[in-house]
Amino acid sequence: MTQPRTMFEKIWSDHVVQDLQDDFALIHVDRHIVHDLGGRGFGQLNDQKLTVRNPELTFATADHTVTTLIERFGVESRDNPFIENLRKNAEKFGFEFFDTPDDRHGIVHVLVPEQGLALPGMTLACGDSHSCTIGALGVLAWGIGQSELVHVLATQTSVQRKPKTMRIRLEGTLERWTTPKDVILHLIGKLGAAGGSGYAVEFCGPVIDAMPMEGRFTICNMAIEMGARFALIAPDETTISFLEGRPYAPAGAAWDAAVAQWRDLPSDEGATFDREFTLDVTGLSPQVTWGTSPQDVISVDDTIPLLDRYGDEGQRQSAKAALEYVALEPGRKMEGTPVDWVFIGSCTNARIGDLEAAASLARGRRVKDGVKAWVVPGSRGVKRSAEEKGLDRIFIEAGFHWGEPGCSLCGGSGGGMAEKVPQGQRILSTSNRNFVGRQGPGSRTHLASPLTAVATAIRGRIADVRHLGDE
Amino acid sequence: MEPVIKVSGVAAPLLRDNIDTDTIAPGQRRSQVGKARPLSYDARQLAEILFSAWRYDDADEENPEFVLNREPWRSARILIVGDNFGCGSSRETAVEALYHFGIRAVIGISFGEIFYNNCFKWGVVPVILPRTEVERLAAQAEERPDSVFEVDVEKQSLTKPDGGVLSYRIPELRRQQLLHGLDEIGMTLRMADEIQSFQDRQAVTKPWVHRR
Repeated sequence: MTQPRTMFEKIWSDHVVQDLQDDFALIHVDRHIVHDLGGRGFGQLNDQKLTVRNPELTFATADHTVTTLIERFGVESRDNPFIENLRKNAEKFGFEFFDTPDDRHGIVHVLVPEQGLALPGMTLACGDSHSCTIGALGVLAWGIGQSELVHVLATQTSVQRKPKTMRIRLEGTLERWTTPKDVILHLIGKLGAAGGSGYAVEFCGPVIDAMPMEGRFTICNMAIEMGARFALIAPDETTISFLEGRPYAPAGAAWDAAVAQWRDLPSDEGATFDREFTLDVTGLSPQVTWGTSPQDVISVDDTIPLLDRYGDEGQRQSAKAALEYVALEPGRKMEGTPVDWVFIGSCTNARIGDLEAAASLARGRRVKDGVKAWVVPGSRGVKRSAEEKGLDRIFIEAGFHWGEPGCSLCGGSGGGMAEKVPQGQRILSTSNRNFVGRQGPGSRTHLASPLTAVATAIRGRIADVRHLGDE
Repeated sequence: MEPVIKVSGVAAPLLRDNIDTDTIAPGQRRSQVGKARPLSYDARQLAEILFSAWRYDDADEENPEFVLNREPWRSARILIVGDNFGCGSSRETAVEALYHFGIRAVIGISFGEIFYNNCFKWGVVPVILPRTEVERLAAQAEERPDSVFEVDVEKQSLTKPDGGVLSYRIPELRRQQLLHGLDEIGMTLRMADEIQSFQDRQAVTKPWVHRR
C-alpha cells in the first residue's frame, strides 16, 4: 500500500529532473509564459549567448504595458518598446506570441486557461507573481524573478525548494451578494499577508466544489497576497468541462487519455498537510480593504481597527503609515467614503462571469457624476463574448468607460506606463494589490469585488452592495 | 555574481511589516511619471528608484526624515526590516535597486518568497531572525547609528555591535551559491542530458505536454 499523497506531492514528484538535496530540486517547466515586462530577460539571454531551449513550450503575451484605451489602441502598441521587444524576440527564438492585434490576446492569467494552454498536472512558470491563478486548474504554477526567467528560457527547468503544504477548506454557503473575491480577501485578513508564506496551498470544500472556474481563478489569484507562491484546486467535472474543446487542449483519444490521468491527481484520502485551516463562509459580508496591504481588510459595513489593537511595533507602524497614506482614520466606517475612480478588471476579476455580474447590477443605473469608472476585459475573448451579450452597451449607457484588454490600471503600467490613477485620488478596484503607489504614485486603493465596485461607482462612495441590490 | 563571504557595515532600521516590492522599486521615480519608461534601467537609475516614494517628496526633493537619506545610513550596507519584506510582485528590480544602492544584506523576520529567491542572484544576503531579535537590532542601530554589524555567510552568524553573536540559517544550496558566486544557469546546462531524458520520458507518458 503506497503512502497517501497530496496533489501537490504528485505533481511535484512527477516533475523532478534532478534531486538537488536539502529539499531543492530541478523541476521541469511544462509551460513558460513570458509577458512584456519580462522582456528584459531576453537581453540577459543574448548577453550570455544563450538560447531558448524549448520555444514550443514558451508562449508570450503583452499585457502589462499595452494601452487599454480604445481610442489609442493599435496606434500606441506599434511604438511601445516593451511590446516591440517581445515581438522581436518571439521572431528570433520562434515561440508563439499572442500579439496585441491577435484574436487571442489577453492578460497572461486569463489567456492561458482560455486557450487551454495549461492543463491539470502540468507545471507552469511565468515572471509574474499572480501565476498561482492557474493553480485553479490543478496546475502547479508559480511566479519567478528575472534571473529565474532566464534560467527557464535556457533550460526549461527551474531550481525550486519544495514548499510545505496547507489545505484550506471552505465550508458553508456564500450569501447572495458575497463573491469569491470577498472570500479570498477575508482569508488574507484572517491568515495575514505572510500567512501562506512557504506553503503550497490547496483550496477545497463544498464552497469550491460548487464554484465555477472563474471564481476559482479569483481565489487562487490572490494566494500570493497571503504569501503563498503556489495555489491548487483539484480538477473535477467543472475543470474538465471548462477545458474540453479549448484550442490547445488535446482532442479525441488523446483527450480521453489525459482526462484519465487527471482523475488520479486529487489528494488521496488520508493525505496529510503541514497545516489545515477551515473557514465557514456562511454569513460573510462583502469585504473591502482600508490600508496598503491586502490583509488590511474588513466587512464593508465595519469600522477601521484602532491602532492599539496591534501588539507588535512593526505592525502598528505599518498600520499607522498605511492610514496616513490613504488619509483615513482608525474607527471610521469604510462605507460612505467618497471615491474618484472605480476599476473593474485585472487578472483577479476580468473574466466574463465577473463582467456579467457587474453588468446585471449596472443595468439601468448611472455612474455618479465626477467618478471615472473603467471596465477592462481580461482578454480579447472576454471582450468579444461581453459584446455579443451586449454588456458593453449596458456599461457605456451607465457611464462606464469600456476598455481594450490588458492589465490597465491594476499596476499603473498600462499604455506604456501612462494609465495611472493621479496623486491623492481614491479608487475602488477589483484588482489584487493596494500597495503604496501601486495604481500610480500617491494613488489610494481599496480592493473589493466587482459587485461592490458597481455599487460604489453608482453611489460615488464606497457602498454596501446589499443595499443597492435590494433597491 | 561575485562570491559573498561577509558583509559588514552600518545597518539602517526600517522596521515596518509587509514592505512590498512595488514600494522597494516603483516602476518609475515620481518625477519620471508621464515620461516614457526605459526598457531597462542602468545601475544609477536602479539606485535612484529604491524606495523612491518614501525617499523623495511631492516636489521630487529628498525627504530628510527617511532613513536612507540620513547619515550614516546613506551608505548603509545592511537594512533591518520587519515581517514579510519583499512581498508582492516578482520584480527582480527590488533586489537590484537595493544592490545598486549598496545594500548587501537584509535582516528581517520573514521575506516574500520570490524576493528571497531573487536575492541569491545578486549576492544580497537575506537573514531571517525572530521578531524580538530583529526589534532589538533595530533599536541598537537607531540608538548608535555608527555601530557596525557583520553578517557572516560562511558561519551563518550575525555579529552585533556589542560583540554578541546570533546565528541564522540559509538553505545550503543557496549558501554555496553565495560563497562561490555560482552561476546557476551554467550548472543546470551541464545537466542537459538529464533534462533531455526527462522530456523524452514525458513525451511518452504525457504526450499532450509536448506539442510538436
